[in-house]
Amino acid sequence: MKRSSPGAWLAIILGVTYFLAPLIATFEFSLRLKRGEYSFEAYRLVFESGNFQSSFLYSTTVALATIVIGVALAVPTAYWVQLRLPRLRGLVEFITLLPLVIPAIVLVFGYIRLYDSSSVLPLTGSAFGTNILLTLGYVGLAMPYMYRSVDTGLRAIDVRTLTEAAESQGANWPTILLKVILPNIRSAILSGAFLTFAIVIGEFTFASLLNRPAFGPYLQLIGASRAYEPAALAVMAFAITWACMGLIQLIGRGAPGAQDTR
Amino acid sequence: MTFLNLAGVQKSYGANAVVRNFDLDVTRGEFVTFLGPSGCGKTTTLRMIAGFETPSAGEIRIEGRDITGLRANKRNIGMVFQAYALFPNMTVADNVGFGLKVAGRAAPEIKSRVDEMLEMIKLPHLRDRYPYQLSGGQQQRVSLARALAPSPQILLLDEPLSALDARIRVSLREEIRALQRKLGITTIFVTHDQEEALSMSDRIVVMNDGAIEQIGAPFEIYNLPRTRFVASFIGTLNVLDAAVIDPKSGTIDIEGNKVFAARGLENARAGETRAVALRPEAVRIGPGGEGRNTLEGVIEDVVFLGSVVRVRMRLKQNALLIDTFNDSAAPPPSRGQSAQVNFSRNDLIVLADR
Amino acid sequence: MSAIAPTVARPRITLSNLGAWFGVAPFFIFALMFLIAPTVYLLIGAFQNHDGGFTLDNLARLGQPSIRNSYLLSIEVSFTSALFGALFGLCLALAIVRGGLPGWLRPTLMTFSGVASNFAGVPLAFAFIATLGRMGFITVLLNNLGLDLYAAGFNIFTFTGLTLTYLYFQIPLMILVVTPALDGMKREWNEAASMLGASQAQYWRMVALPVLWPSILGASLLLFANAFGAIATAYALTGPSLNIVPILLYAQIRGDVLHDPNLGYALALGMLLITGLSNFAYIVLRARSERWLK
Repeated sequence: MKRSSPGAWLAIILGVTYFLAPLIATFEFSLRLKRGEYSFEAYRLVFESGNFQSSFLYSTTVALATIVIGVALAVPTAYWVQLRLPRLRGLVEFITLLPLVIPAIVLVFGYIRLYDSSSVLPLTGSAFGTNILLTLGYVGLAMPYMYRSVDTGLRAIDVRTLTEAAESQGANWPTILLKVILPNIRSAILSGAFLTFAIVIGEFTFASLLNRPAFGPYLQLIGASRAYEPAALAVMAFAITWACMGLIQLIGRGAPGAQDTR
Repeated sequence: MTFLNLAGVQKSYGANAVVRNFDLDVTRGEFVTFLGPSGCGKTTTLRMIAGFETPSAGEIRIEGRDITGLRANKRNIGMVFQAYALFPNMTVADNVGFGLKVAGRAAPEIKSRVDEMLEMIKLPHLRDRYPYQLSGGQQQRVSLARALAPSPQILLLDEPLSALDARIRVSLREEIRALQRKLGITTIFVTHDQEEALSMSDRIVVMNDGAIEQIGAPFEIYNLPRTRFVASFIGTLNVLDAAVIDPKSGTIDIEGNKVFAARGLENARAGETRAVALRPEAVRIGPGGEGRNTLEGVIEDVVFLGSVVRVRMRLKQNALLIDTFNDSAAPPPSRGQSAQVNFSRNDLIVLADR
Repeated sequence: MSAIAPTVARPRITLSNLGAWFGVAPFFIFALMFLIAPTVYLLIGAFQNHDGGFTLDNLARLGQPSIRNSYLLSIEVSFTSALFGALFGLCLALAIVRGGLPGWLRPTLMTFSGVASNFAGVPLAFAFIATLGRMGFITVLLNNLGLDLYAAGFNIFTFTGLTLTYLYFQIPLMILVVTPALDGMKREWNEAASMLGASQAQYWRMVALPVLWPSILGASLLLFANAFGAIATAYALTGPSLNIVPILLYAQIRGDVLHDPNLGYALALGMLLITGLSNFAYIVLRARSERWLK
């Protein structure tokens, strides 16, 4: 049994102080709206603000769409690569690394130039088209995490045997994917979904440059014009991120072959 | 002359006593094995000799010098680990020369010593390879060379063969023993494999649950086990319950058969029960002659293993395992047949515990 | 040949594999259209002039003082936050893995690192303003203790403030990336080194650090690339007052402040080159360390 070293404790205490201080500070700051007393007034103002509600709703909707598309792309790909096309694995993993290497601002710049009103696919020409562009951009941003989660989930179940068993019962591919594979990687998909949600809800670069009324730009705007509400929003953002991560850990615990791949 | 001495060594973690009252004298050049199941304390004791654990009580001496409080890196003891533990960032040559480099030896001296060691383990052609390029067996041999290069006074081996293939295990253990004999280095070997212990050691220390059960040469441990644990841990053993009839003449009763034990009943009294042990290979099929013990029963199972034929015979309550050599002239008995078996009085081991 | 045993062929595209190819097609189409094409478009554009002809002019103009300073500033911020993030992250990771701390501490800290490494952007900027701004929690606290930060010259809306803020996600990222490497350090190496006479210092110098440095360096490069590409935090905290490359690019995309769209492409190319090289080096170093730490 190892005795704990004082140096380790010192490092931990310093670290915890550095990481907790901003959280405490922000929370304390957010309560200071009413002069002289602590109150949740800032939070109330935020929740009641129309802009908050509409931007949060917008981002949530986009997040859901991102999740659905992300899953629809990641699951079949991971499935087929594992089952039939193992030689593609390197290429696919390289592609899922691209969003981590290409800075978001470069990517959205590319979108704006490539899909502007004079291109073959004039997505930026309309609000609807831009919304699609935003969603697909987020699908790209979240793909490394979604794909890795799904891939790990598929590895933990015996895809080949499940498929063959379903096939011998006469199922066709759509049925196999939807009714056999999907339910068994539910926790992996949920993990990927929560990560996607956390990424999308606070995202700023894409939403701002594509001029979409999302939560990220709203946050920025509030920060520029108000004093206490931004702190309240920061607390909420942190709470949401924490909740998403916490749920991922919770889900991950019950999954087959559960392991934190980070 | 005692080279290594452990006196009253104990180790406890809180209320949990992991090693209890360990006493051992090892002579110079001896090969001693600590043998026992997992958790018996053999590795902990080894680590106390190495210096990674401090005894809760007792002393460890080398050539009379008390090293109990000495730090591990000052003890000049070589150690080979189960997981090889070769430094991955160094070549084989650098690994083997590490101890000498740390000691500040000159480069040419290190090089010649490394060459010597690599010749000894017959792997000079691997000197510039990295550990990840070697097989398990090769890594372990390099590990051995590394431990021996600084000419330590004692060599410790912590289950060095457990991570290897069965075939490599056998060849490597012969190599280790040959090397040890040639160098004459005092060695402590830890294992849970009784075959390794029996084939390699000068003496075996059988441990169970933190305590020493028996210390002796392989022949002694195998043929004269003192307790039921030792008897059952080493080799296959028949353990039967007997009732003592007459301790002076050594007469006991095994399931209605009257047999004689040559020794072990000195402290027994008539009417007591004792556990007795019998090696399967000590039993012969057929009626006994003068001076031999006879047991009667029914053949339950016969397994033909090639050179050995393993027979199981049922007495009333107990079953007896008998190992006989294959005899092309005499086929083994058949199942269901009634039979008699015989064995010598000397082969009946009376155990100290019940 | 026996009629019972058909040979199993392994062709590239067969009738049965066709379904698989169709199955993965959407992914590749998506990647092509929304990951690769936009980036390549920018890269090509960086070498084009207004009329579409080939030119190296844009790259040359990257060298003009304002842009060069922007890159230098970005490199400084990224380097500093990567350096300290790596240092402090390594210390914390060491404490977690080998500090002999109570068992519940590690999963908690790892989970927190997972959260904190994602908690970048606008909310993070707000949090640090609330902590170290003029009326911030810590600022006021230190004031009451007699230490006036702002009088001493500190300001959250500067290079120092931004770097300090960046550490909030750099340190956790370092912890997440380096902890597996530390886990891979076998206890037996330390023990074997001891038995061969080495002191702890010698062990670290001759075995542990050489084994760890690819992981540490690789992780540092990852942190560097991470900081270089980040914009949201900087935008919300220092905005246009600290002209790092992403901010410059943002302004250029928004309002063509450089009066030259192709220069914007060149900026993007420059960014991509730096993040691409850093990430590439990280991957190479990681592969190397995995070979040793398996």
